[in-house]
Amino acid sequence: MIYRRRSVPSLWEEMDKLQREMNQLFDSAFTNRLENHVDFPAINVWVKPGEGQVITAELPGIDQDELDLKINGDVLTITGKREKPNQENEETYHRQERIYGNFSRSIRLSFPVDSEKVEAEYEKGILKVWLPIAETEKPKKISVKAV
Amino acid sequence: MKEDTNKTDIVKQEEKNQDLAERTRESRVYIPKVDIYEKDDVIYLLADIPGSDENMVEVTLDKNVLTIDARVKPERPEDYSLNYAEYGIGDFRRRFNISDEIDREKISATVKNGVLTLTMPKSAPAASRKISVQAV
Repeated sequence: MIYRRRSVPSLWEEMDKLQREMNQLFDSAFTNRLENHVDFPAINVWVKPGEGQVITAELPGIDQDELDLKINGDVLTITGKREKPNQENEETYHRQERIYGNFSRSIRLSFPVDSEKVEAEYEKGILKVWLPIAETEKPKKISVKAV
Repeated sequence: MKEDTNKTDIVKQEEKNQDLAERTRESRVYIPKVDIYEKDDVIYLLADIPGSDENMVEVTLDKNVLTIDARVKPERPEDYSLNYAEYGIGDFRRRFNISDEIDREKISATVKNGVLTLTMPKSAPAASRKISVQAV
């Protein structure tokens, strides 16, 4: 009996794990294809209605000078390079999980940007880009006059 | 699922097997990606901990277990709401078993642009000693 009882929780754990893996599989097969989950860097988009968006990206270990942002119409392009810590290849790797090299990602925005007012900062390995809506696109309030 | 390397390379992995004790802070914990390499008898460990800085990283060495604990202060742009997310925001935590050959006194750590660098020099090998055998 004891043996059986013991095996039950682990079975549930296995089921749980299986479910997680299935979810991941479906995620990568469907939603990610639409949302470009595989792109580097991963981004988060913050919205303030009527004002614009803020895009944050996790980009640890990049030289600020190697980061390049471009706005072309309603497309924001982030390009950059992550340097390997040493190029001489004299080192022996025990583990290598971090990615090096060039990257580029374009994000199409849902609104035209006031490119003069775009601001970006890079701090603690996180890039933050402020993208205000172009003044001409902002909703206008129309006052109703009494006749 | 493993063959989908493109995905697993980028998506942050959440730490699943935490300690038996629960954390008091309610936030997610992720496993930082690390590089560990060895050069000229020094072992270097680089860990990606975006959002954390030198004041929020704790590196502890207890017996043979090296623990990296990096806290991340969730920063949200004021008045903005998260609309679409590809990465989760949370702390980073990872533990490693390190060998005895590392000189514990000389481990140093720096944080720059969200990358933690640990420098762990190996201790000089104990000089071999010849034991003379005496006749009794």
